[in-house]
Amino acid sequence: MNLTKTLMTSTALTVAASMSFAESHMANEMTIVSWGGAYSNSQQKAYHDPYMEKTGVKIINDESSNEAVAKLRAMNEAGNVTWDVVDVVAADALRLCDEGLAMEIDPDEMLADGDDGSKASDDFGDLLVGDCFIPQIVYSTTVGYRTDLVGDKAPTDICALFDLEAYPGKRSLEKRPINNMEWALLCDGVAKDEVYDVLETAEGQQQALDKLATIKDNVVWWSAGADTPQLLADGEVIMGSTYNGRLFSLIEEQNQPVAMLWDAQVFDLDGWIIPTGLTDERKARALDYIMFATDTKRLADQAKYIAYGPARKSSAPLVDKHAELGIDMAPHMPTDPENAKNTFLYNYEFWADYRDDIDAKFQAWLVQ
Amino acid sequence: MSDAPTVQTAASSAAEARAADAAHTGPMLAADGTPLKKSLNRALRLQKVRALALIGPLLIFVLVTFIAPIADMLFRSVENEIVSNTLPRTTDMLAEWDAKGTEFPQEPIFEALYDDMFFAKEAKLHTRLGSRLNYELTGVSSLFRKTGRKVDDMGEVYQDQFEDLDDFWKTGENWNSLMASDGWLVAMDGWKKSDGKQPPFELREGIAEMLPATTETYVRFADFIQNQDEDNLYKKDPWAIVYSSLHADLTGQNSVASYTGPAAAELKAAAAAAPAFETVNFSEAFRDIDKDWHALDVWQTIKVYSPKYTSGYFLNAVDMQKSVDGPELRPENERIYGILFWRTIVMSVVITGSCILLGYPVAWILANLPVRQANLLLILVLLPFWTSLLVRTSAWKVMLQQEGVINDTLVWLGLVATDDRLALINNQTGTIIAMTHILLPFMILPLYSVMQTIQPSYLRAAKSLGATNWTAFWRVYFPQSIPGIGAGSILVFILAIGYYITPAIVGGTSGTFISNRIAYHISSSLNWGLGAALGAILLAAVLLLYYAYDKIVGIDNVKLG
Repeated sequence: MNLTKTLMTSTALTVAASMSFAESHMANEMTIVSWGGAYSNSQQKAYHDPYMEKTGVKIINDESSNEAVAKLRAMNEAGNVTWDVVDVVAADALRLCDEGLAMEIDPDEMLADGDDGSKASDDFGDLLVGDCFIPQIVYSTTVGYRTDLVGDKAPTDICALFDLEAYPGKRSLEKRPINNMEWALLCDGVAKDEVYDVLETAEGQQQALDKLATIKDNVVWWSAGADTPQLLADGEVIMGSTYNGRLFSLIEEQNQPVAMLWDAQVFDLDGWIIPTGLTDERKARALDYIMFATDTKRLADQAKYIAYGPARKSSAPLVDKHAELGIDMAPHMPTDPENAKNTFLYNYEFWADYRDDIDAKFQAWLVQ
Repeated sequence: MSDAPTVQTAASSAAEARAADAAHTGPMLAADGTPLKKSLNRALRLQKVRALALIGPLLIFVLVTFIAPIADMLFRSVENEIVSNTLPRTTDMLAEWDAKGTEFPQEPIFEALYDDMFFAKEAKLHTRLGSRLNYELTGVSSLFRKTGRKVDDMGEVYQDQFEDLDDFWKTGENWNSLMASDGWLVAMDGWKKSDGKQPPFELREGIAEMLPATTETYVRFADFIQNQDEDNLYKKDPWAIVYSSLHADLTGQNSVASYTGPAAAELKAAAAAAPAFETVNFSEAFRDIDKDWHALDVWQTIKVYSPKYTSGYFLNAVDMQKSVDGPELRPENERIYGILFWRTIVMSVVITGSCILLGYPVAWILANLPVRQANLLLILVLLPFWTSLLVRTSAWKVMLQQEGVINDTLVWLGLVATDDRLALINNQTGTIIAMTHILLPFMILPLYSVMQTIQPSYLRAAKSLGATNWTAFWRVYFPQSIPGIGAGSILVFILAIGYYITPAIVGGTSGTFISNRIAYHISSSLNWGLGAALGAILLAAVLLLYYAYDKIVGIDNVKLG
């Protein structure tokens, strides 16, 4: 008698529990993949903490964005995708989308409208690269230089990179063709709007490599974003390219004698993708998180912790002071009008096509 | 053997005896009367099974977690099914096409391409193929992406005309009444989403003979909707491609005049109107999307990479490429892997050599000190083992860079001018220094354990017989320590050849290894096939060197202790 009763109660409880779970239709735990360091920290404060508070969901952080493309492909082949939302650069998002590893996004349906009432597709505008990418920040690859080593003629122009007479010493450049080839052509007399037309041809690629060859002996090639800041701080190089947020922390947080050369900075985008192959509950949870984390306020909040520009137009006016340093963040944004006088936007279509080819030539040129 | 007691056996065991031991006149017997060989075998088999059971768990573990993934990865270096799986019709038809000629393919091939691209696009496979072929020909990636976006519109010409002719053709229900069996229609009528899986689509009898192209396309469409999209096929309006197939059928050989089944009137009206329809030239339609579809090299690439298995990745890995005329060398400004393979081997040899030079004296001292002091010193050797590889490599960065500790010291001592500091990092020197340090324990430990076993009395004996210190060392001590050098060298060399973190951090451009390119292809360019081919070549090189080592020095001479 007693046993039957217990059994019945517990059955009823189980049914009730599973029903309430079915009602919510969303997983209670999610894994978010990002880059780690100061960047993940800014996301934790601007997105994760408020979201956990609002929903009670448990967020697990994974710092694997560096190899996200390869890992997602491996997970997909194994049929066991353990990530719910992944932070990647736009070029990788495009690759993942092409490979069928990232879910297609309908911005107006899946993303929040802007605070100013604009549709998500208008608010993000051109930054919605490809079909799967949900933009989050605009960052730029730009050049920083040692103010104490350049003498009294501070560089104002990207071609200072190639001017060994005025600025003798080593410079650090990224160990890949992207950005370097564009800068080389620009400083070899190619007009800005013709750069990619020239770079499509074998002669144009050779022209860029020849220009880079003039400084080849004076270049330290970096592959991690932290390299240039370290080289600048140690005085190993007189100038070098890296991400603007890294330079910001070198200048403002570590007070090094370094300044930014915003000229010909290359805008790039970083944002989210949702992997394919999630269960319905996890997909619903991922979409709910994305809807929350990419709204106008959240994107503007992130700029309090790191010097990257929010991807929504409607977020720009809300950008505030740095949460700890108390300095105004707007002038440190790559998108600030004063900094963005001469800019490039990373050409995703071009590099998706030409990356393998030009990279092969670039690496061959490097080792020869 | 010969003086052991032998017994002539009976006829029944004579055959066994011959088989077991033809050379002898008869087999030996065990105490229970069975042939000795047999009972010995039985006992041995039991032992073998027991041994196997003991190593079984490890064997299975190694197979599952090590051998199988490596084999799977290496298999990708030849696997190339993606092309023929994504474009099955096109690759079939391309077999007939003369790739060496100057004519690009004719209309039927473009029709096949339309077919393949349409289904590939629905399954979102076309971009994957685009990235695959982009490794071989720049620009294919965006060509496929662009084509996928516009391939929908191509067949709409037919769809619009059928729909303008009669509203009947607009809806999936009507199409199903024509194409599907009555049994399936009844089953679908009663089906609700909550029932789970849909009844699988069944064709109406006779429809395949009358409308062969439409049937084929519709079956693929139905299969996709039911199994991939898991949509309700009964209500799903067909894709544009079904209409172009219907147009092809109605303007083709087969007549629908005698058809009396459902929708006969609509079908006959359509058949009457179809010949007057505006038609699509797929070759031109593809050219309108992108002029590259009328470029020879795109088609040559598709044809060259049509087979299910390709040597293309291996050719790429040795600075060659696959073309319609067979393998050819890449242009000089794209050759990189030959240099990198050679550099990897040469630098690994140099690193092994410097490990021997630095490690041998240390091991000698360790072996000749009292145990207590030796253990203390051994800790110093092992200390780097307990430190993260990244930390050790980054520490070398601080030491070696131009404003680093070593250069600063040299400038302070006045040995080096301050504007002429030594370049010790971001080149081969940096890689050799850092890797020698990191791999040194792998040399010292086997050397130490071998030297411990060398009797000091041998040296004393040599000296008492009149040998000089050098002769005693060179003729007596050194030969006995060679097994340790062999073991250490193999360990260091094989570890060095596959290193990639350290060369990536301190190697600059002249000090990077082939493994850095493999890592790039695995994690960044996603060209796993090429990465696998490079890895397979590296593995083969190591095995070859191991074999050569075994022939020259002999692997039995290697001792780890």
